[in-house]
Amino acid sequence: MELKEKLITSFLAFENRVSADTEAKIQDIRSKAFTHFEENGFPTKKNEEWKYTPLKSILKYDYNIFPKADTAIEFATVKRYFLHEIDSYKIVFIDGIYSSFLSETTHDGFDICLLSAALKKPKYKMVIDHYFNTIAKKDDSITSLNTAFSKEGAYIQIPKNTIVPKPIQIIHFSTGSEAEILLQPRNLIVVGENSHVQIVERHQSLTNNVVLTNSVTEIFANKRAIVDYYKIQNDRKTASLIDNTYIKQSHQSVASVNTFSFGGNLTRNNLEFYQEGEHITSNLNGITIIGDKQLVDNHTLVLHKYPNCESHELYKGIFADKSTGVFNGKVIVEQEAQKTNAFQQNNNILIDDGATINAKPQLEIFADDVKCSHGCTIGQLDNEALFYMRSRGIPEKEAKALLLYAFANDALQKIKIPELKTRITKLIAEKLGVDLGFDL
Amino acid sequence: MLEIKNLHAKVEDKDILKGINLNVKAGEVHAIMGPNGSGKSTLSSVIAGKEEYEVTDGEIILDSVDLDDLAPEERAHKGIFMSFQYPVEIPGVTVTNFIKTAINETRKANGKEELPAKDMLKKIRETAELLEIDRKFLSRSLNEGFSGGEKKRNEIFQMAMLEPKLAILDETDSGLDIDALKIVANGVNKLKSDKNAVIIITHYQRLLDYIVPDFVHVLHDGKIVKSGGKELAHELEAKGYDWLK
Repeated sequence: MELKEKLITSFLAFENRVSADTEAKIQDIRSKAFTHFEENGFPTKKNEEWKYTPLKSILKYDYNIFPKADTAIEFATVKRYFLHEIDSYKIVFIDGIYSSFLSETTHDGFDICLLSAALKKPKYKMVIDHYFNTIAKKDDSITSLNTAFSKEGAYIQIPKNTIVPKPIQIIHFSTGSEAEILLQPRNLIVVGENSHVQIVERHQSLTNNVVLTNSVTEIFANKRAIVDYYKIQNDRKTASLIDNTYIKQSHQSVASVNTFSFGGNLTRNNLEFYQEGEHITSNLNGITIIGDKQLVDNHTLVLHKYPNCESHELYKGIFADKSTGVFNGKVIVEQEAQKTNAFQQNNNILIDDGATINAKPQLEIFADDVKCSHGCTIGQLDNEALFYMRSRGIPEKEAKALLLYAFANDALQKIKIPELKTRITKLIAEKLGVDLGFDL
Repeated sequence: MLEIKNLHAKVEDKDILKGINLNVKAGEVHAIMGPNGSGKSTLSSVIAGKEEYEVTDGEIILDSVDLDDLAPEERAHKGIFMSFQYPVEIPGVTVTNFIKTAINETRKANGKEELPAKDMLKKIRETAELLEIDRKFLSRSLNEGFSGGEKKRNEIFQMAMLEPKLAILDETDSGLDIDALKIVANGVNKLKSDKNAVIIITHYQRLLDYIVPDFVHVLHDGKIVKSGGKELAHELEAKGYDWLK
């Protein structure tokens, strides 16, 4: 059975199963979304936005759509996937199902819990009504598919004037207890006025069984809120991820999303920022380091709608072997958005002849008093610099690693959690196959 | 220590070195002078093992070892150091971390343990003091945003840290003001011993006022056309190169 057919049958079963404790409004959202998916199906290469990222190879599997409950894992076996050096809140899922054992949630002063609970409990009704599925794209079939099955994920609600004292980790494990599994987590994050939150998200499979994750996250940064979001994508070569993250910002808020893509089979990041106020800052940073036949596609959008806002976008890519990178960075500056300062930079290094990068900066500027810049480079390692380091006694492999590290460095410096920065630095060294003997 | 015999080298099918003979013994300072395009920088790059240059004939021997098949890092491990005319910027890697890596990789290659952190720190401090380098400078990214003079001083700092057998200073004097030049020269002189040797590649006689060479060689069209003592440098300064062609 084709995946789409299977999803259609599954949706009917899903609706029946959850209808008893679901509000009519949510049911309506799901069924409308499903209709959209049913009519449009998965995007093909004919769709301009998916031209370089063919999904065919990952859609051929017979995915299990409803994971079984109760797959337990010991903390010791997965400890290394946590940022365990520091105290944090944790929302952990195993094969799509919440693991209370591995998690550390709270309702004390703010809510760090589960979407499934928030969708059911009356006390969250106002927030759900006001925010849920309001910025996730309705005309995107992949997002619609997630919306149709949306039930579980992280729910983070921070009231105004609150600084969340420690980072929040959202981790999705897949155990491989099913041969092929489709996971569709759905996160809702609402950050109140003047509040500050740091979130680290990770998807990790524990075996080489096939996993496809289609994740949707909606983030709302209210007035003067600060949101720092980090995505660690360092999964096995049998795991694919389509991540759809939508961020709506109000006056003077600062939202930053840092995406570290070091692994996985196919990784597609759809990251969209909508600015709904003045003096907003949006930061988008990314480091991609891949090899083999891996693919990482960063599709970003920043929509400048109001005057006096900024966006800073910096994506660095290192591609080895026969890997493929895609960067599509769209910045729209609407006519209203005078005095916009939009900066975009995308630098890539192709290490091997078989590696490919498809880079497309896309600026649409309708205002006349703005500062917008973009730069895109594709290059190889600098031989002169390599010779310099080797002439000082640093072997070729280490010299290459140091150069690549230096290349990615400015994006790395944007990480505001020191332990995470150390961790990412180590991951980079590991990715480059060197032990440099010091923390860079 | 270093013997260069009938060295021929080319880059992209262009012959640049056309039969160089040079003998450098421990304890000596040699200056190689010559007009632009005479092959001075090519000679230093070939000794350091730059892969773009192809040695077509002759040999370079360091302490009875033919360098021909050795990679640049292997030559460094054997004690060759070249100070670059245009040092490369490496953002995100501090001067300290870079030199630590270079020293420990060299020690590793020579079958030695890594230098203990305490000793490394001490050595870094002493060397920085010798070259009048501010400590803050050491925690900056390598060469990033350095002035021309700072880059050159950093090269000499690395040289002093690595303690090479043979140091080649390629146009180290360019971009240095007179004060910096004195500091650099002073550093080189202090590090000189009867166990190591220095080759200074330069356009001008200026640096040679401070680091006095035992021998001066004039390179022209890929060959050494004249050799002499330190007085030859003064003669060149006065007369130029044309009379030697």
